[in-house]
Parts: sequence; C-alpha cells; structure tokens
Amino acid sequence: MPELTFREALNQAMAEEMERDPNVFLMGEEVGYYQGAYKVSQGLLEKFGPQRVIDTPIAELGFAGLGVGAAQVGLRPIIEFMTWNFSLLALDQIVNNAAKLRYMSGGQIKMPIVFRGANGSAHQLGAQHSQSLEAWLCHIPGLIVMAPSVPADGKGMLKAAIRDDNPVAFFESEVAYGYKGEVPEGEHIVPIGVGDIKRPGKDVTLIAWSKMIHVALEAANILAGEGIEAEVVDPRTLRPLDEQLLISSVEKTNRCVIVEEGWPYAGVGAEIAYRITLNAFDHLDAPVVRITSEDVPMPYAANLEHAVVPSAQKVAAAAKKVLYV
Amino acid sequence: MASKLTMPKLSDTMTLGVLLKWHKREGDAVEAGEVVAEAESDKATMELEAFDAGTLLKIVVPDGGKVPVGGLLAVIGEKGEDISALLASGSEAAAVPSAPVEAEAPAGPAAEEQIAAAPVPDVTPADVIITTDTVRIKASPLARKMAAAKGVDLRRVQGSGTGGRIISRDLAAMPAGAPAAAIQAAKAPAALSLTEFIPGAAARPDSEQPLNTMRTAIATRMTQSKTTVPHFYLTMEIDMERMIALRTELNAAQEEIKISYNDLIVKAAAAALVKHPRVNGSFAGDKFLFHSQVDIGLAVALEDGLITPVVRNAAAKSVGRIAAEARVLIDKAKARKLTPDEYTGSTFTISNLGMFDIEEFSAIINPPEAAILAVGAIIAKPVVREGAIAIGQRMKVTLSCDHRIVDGATGALFLKEFKAILENPALLLL
Repeated sequence: MPELTFREALNQAMAEEMERDPNVFLMGEEVGYYQGAYKVSQGLLEKFGPQRVIDTPIAELGFAGLGVGAAQVGLRPIIEFMTWNFSLLALDQIVNNAAKLRYMSGGQIKMPIVFRGANGSAHQLGAQHSQSLEAWLCHIPGLIVMAPSVPADGKGMLKAAIRDDNPVAFFESEVAYGYKGEVPEGEHIVPIGVGDIKRPGKDVTLIAWSKMIHVALEAANILAGEGIEAEVVDPRTLRPLDEQLLISSVEKTNRCVIVEEGWPYAGVGAEIAYRITLNAFDHLDAPVVRITSEDVPMPYAANLEHAVVPSAQKVAAAAKKVLYV
Repeated sequence: MASKLTMPKLSDTMTLGVLLKWHKREGDAVEAGEVVAEAESDKATMELEAFDAGTLLKIVVPDGGKVPVGGLLAVIGEKGEDISALLASGSEAAAVPSAPVEAEAPAGPAAEEQIAAAPVPDVTPADVIITTDTVRIKASPLARKMAAAKGVDLRRVQGSGTGGRIISRDLAAMPAGAPAAAIQAAKAPAALSLTEFIPGAAARPDSEQPLNTMRTAIATRMTQSKTTVPHFYLTMEIDMERMIALRTELNAAQEEIKISYNDLIVKAAAAALVKHPRVNGSFAGDKFLFHSQVDIGLAVALEDGLITPVVRNAAAKSVGRIAAEARVLIDKAKARKLTPDEYTGSTFTISNLGMFDIEEFSAIINPPEAAILAVGAIIAKPVVREGAIAIGQRMKVTLSCDHRIVDGATGALFLKEFKAILENPALLLL
C-alpha cells in the first residue's frame, strides 16, 4: 500500500471522484492556479480544467452560496475554505440554506455539497486563525460533520462525503497535511458515521478525532510505559456519531477521557460525555473526563499556545486520574 | 404545603418499625393530632398522630410494612397537591434496607469499635449501623453494579477512590456473595454476626416464624451482651423470714396497695446500689459512667418476649410508692402500652422468676448496665439455726456482673449490703 501524505490522500480522493462523476467540481480561494493554499488541490486544475477547478475572490459567503445553488440543481460542489476560521462569513449559507433546504422542500431538493478546509491551531497563527470550530457545525441538524485523523481516513471519508446527497462539513488540519500514512489505492470508502479503534487497549478509553488522535496515541504510549493499556477510539464522523463503538469501548474499560482541540464549553466532547453517561452509566468506575484547549482565545506567544492546547502529558495525567493511580 | 409522616424513633434501640395498621385511608381528612396509624417498635406499640391537618394524600407503606426510623410512611396535604417531590425525597429513606436482618447484620468497623468499647448509653450497634445507612454512599456506578452482582453490601466497603469513593477495585477482590465483614478482617477484627443461624444436622424445621421487631431486638442485644460483655456470676442465699413477716404486716395494716416481694427487693437493691455506685454504673470504653440516681428496670414477661419498665429514682421512693408505680408499669407493659421513656434508661435490672418456682438462675446483662440481679423463689428448707436444724425461708439471688467495671469483691460487697437489708428490714427505714 503506498504511503501518502494527508494532503496527497485528500487530493487523490477529489481527483478520483471528479474522474468518476463529471458533476463534481472544486471551488475556493487559490485552489486553481496557486495549486491550493496548502497544496491539497495540486494538479487538479491541469487535469480537470478551469470549469471544474474554480478560483474565487476572497468572498466566502458568495462562493459558499454559489455552491449551495449549484448543489440544488444537481452538481456536486466541493467548497474549500482556506481555513474554517474564514468560513464564519459563510455560515448563513451553510446553516440557513445548505442544512435546511432538503428538509424545507420535503426532500425534493438534494444538497450534495462538501465544505472542507483546515481547522484548529497550527503554529502561532494568533487568536483569529487558530480556532477549532467543529462544535459549531455539530450543533446543526441537517449537516454531516467529519474530521479525519489519518491519510487513509482522509481519502475514504472525503470520497464518502462527496458521494452523499447531504451537506457535509469536512474538517482537516493544517498541521496534519504533512502527516504520512498508508492509503489504499482506488476505491476506498470510509462510510459516514462509522468510527475506528486506532489502538486497542483494556484499561481506559481515549476518545479523540482529527489531529487530537495523535495526541491521544502519544498519551497511550506514555501510559503503556506505566503498564496501562489505553484504547484510542476515533469516531471519525462527529455527526452522526458512532455511539455504539464509543459505548462498547467504555463498557470494556469502564473509564473515558475525551480529547478535543476545541474549547470546553458546549464542546463536542460534552455531547459525547453525555451519551456515555446516559448509555454506559453502570459501566463507569469514574466520571468521564475531558481534556480540551483552555477556555481562552489562542495566545500568539509560542509557550502560551503550547500551554493552551491539549498535550499527551495532560491526557496521560487525566487517564491516570480516572484509573485512580 | 404537604408534609411527610415518617416512622418515629420510639426507643433508643429502635432502628426499624412496623406499620401495624392504618386507621385512615388515602383521601381521608385528618386533624392535627389525630391518630392515623399504629406502629410497633422493638419494644412497644405506639399510636402515630398527624402533625398537620389535611388530607391523607398517599400511603407509602402498607399495613405490616417494615420501615427504618425516619422512613416515609405517608404524605398529608391538600387535595390535588403535587407531592411527587416529597415522594421522591422519601424514597431515599425508604431505600435503606427494609428487612430487619439488615439492621442487625455484622457491624462495620465503626460499630465494632462501639461493641468492643461497650457503648455509652443509647449507642447500640444497631444505632451505629442505621447512622451509616443514612449517610450517602459514594460509589461509582460500576462498583454499585458489581456489588449488586456479588451480593456485597456497599455500606461495609472501604472506598479507595477520590474522596473515599468506592470503585471497582475495592470490589474486585471480593468473592461473590462474600459477607463484607470477612473482607474487612484485615483491617479490623472480624465482625460479630449477632443473630447468625448456626446450621446443624438436626436443622430440619417443620415450620418457620419470622421474627417480630421485639424478638429481633432481643436476639441482637442478648447475643451482643453475652458475646462481648465479660460476665461473671455471684450467687448468695438470703434469709427472707423477717421480710416475709414485714410484708404480711404491711399488707394487713393497709388495703391501699398490695406490696409484693419484688417491691421490697427493688427497694433493698436500690438502697444497696446507692452505696455501691460501680454496680449502678456503666463501662464506656475508656471511662466509667456513674449515675447518682438509681433507675431499676423490671424484667416483665410478655406473651412472646419481655420488656423492662423502669422504676425511676427507686432509692428515694418509699416501698409503697415503688409498689404503686411498678403496678402501673407492669400493667401497661402487659398491654404493650409503655411509652419509650417508660422502658428505657434503666441503670440496673432485676429479673425475678420466683413465681415460677425457679430456685436460682443467672441472667444476661442488659447493656450498658454493669449488672443484673436474677431472683429465685423463696423456698422453705432445713437450715441450721443455733446448732439445730430448723425450717428456714431462703431465697437465692445471682448477680451477673460486667467484669470490666465490677470485680468479684465489688459485686460481693453489694450483695452483702443487699442481703443485710433484706435480713434486717428495719434498715429500710433509715
């Protein structure tokens, strides 16, 4: 199996889907001639031409709206936001139109659109460009929210997102674009709503997604050095949630730490913690604990930024806390 | 505002009560102070009165239901009132074990200390257990599930989690159905099972009779006393000739009150106890407790059980007064109408089986008292008087003593005093 970077895996997914279905097209800032701000769309303009790989002005609300209109009439747009921080301008199109039209038309209008882009902190991008906003979109019924953690999932999940007739918010990571991993060639689909166990274990469940999987895996390594076998579970799709996978793991380990790059208040982890408490209450030997970013705008200073985001050390300490060791 | 009717604490030793009978039904109007039900404690039957006027909205415990002290019995309020919150809060109390066997099951470490240290008055192991009952148990949901599966009582498990929370590892080592007391053995001496059934080859019953609360209390307290209080016994024969004469004289001279031998014995014991305060005291672990007043409990046999109404301050009362009070108390005892303050708080107990022609016997101390006097029948028998055989009237008494407070000589001196009074009744006039 070839080893690809995350960006190459995403690129492969888009290229394969555009080849397979002429209705699929990519639109966003710098996706064409510049080959993508993070080079995710490298080579696509050359391959599919300017009608299907469209550079837009810096006008997120406008091109998100174009995408919603195109999806209504049968095309399958992929709307790239340079980062999700910039998508806030486009939220009206995403929340009020993309997420609603299928429902409000009684199912007559399909909405096969993917909004994708980089999410979360990178390195010293400051308060406005370091946000993890997946919780915002998870709140909206009518949307599917996906957040892959490894290149293979990136490819398989993006292909599933493009083929689905509902709007999908697809969260990538600037830091993770360079991560490498084995990616199956050709038809590789990771179905929507299906999670994955990234590392099996029996002592404590660490739930994470996107970039935080790597923090959780590093924490699992630290814990393994102390004889603690952590199970790292990746829901992959955040809405709808693979609830049964998470619950089964907690039923096995009786303890759960949720790792989330977003803020604590009303985070995705809060919902997951609730569902575990509701469904696996009698299996819990300790309260569910969350490790999130600190509840502050991201500081610019590198040392402060490092202190704000979840770290493997914080996660390992939380795991030991729920293990009472 | 709806209010709760709860099981009152009718005696010091009461942990559970039986709601015998409701006099009202749901929907009936009740006046403040009106009797709404009858409840039975380990000692007596009591009438339960409503504190507030209103409508009996909900009966939580049916006739015959067993309820811990403080448990919700019923809700009284106004018709149509929402009482769900009251009922919900009441269910917590009701969730404490309702079977009597729970209340006397092996005590946890706290209760053990109490037993070992001979509790100060009012504190019995049963009380201690009820105290822990009402404290919320902190246990993880998993630990609760494991405890339920293994049949382990969480009240007896030491939690090792955050803030003393009981967690899975605290239960992991326990074998299924193991009495928690056994697990505690490493930390504390094995807890006593006060009412354990010891099976044997002959244990093939033809019928069963569940214990009522009084029998349960007797089983618990007597086992506790006999197994934890170091008893020893002093027996003495007393010449009752002059006392018989005195009693005959007293009953011939007046008709107001009939004086019994027991009344005279109570008076004599009280007078002797004043001079021997340790016999009237209590052993309380690291100290002795003394009582300046002599309150004598009289063991009264009931149809299936016994109760000890108390003659208060007997040393300060005349024989006639003692006789009058004892008569009232004994009648009430037999009718099971004693109130808690009439049968609790004695400092010394007298058990008299003379009327059954028992010559002598030894009684089990009623904790936390220091001693109990077992009185036999007055028997005409040959005695040696001035070198010749004569017919004497003799009574044997046996004093059971708690050796932790009463030594052999202490008890003997008390008995000597007691004997001197009975043999020289004029001393009662002093």
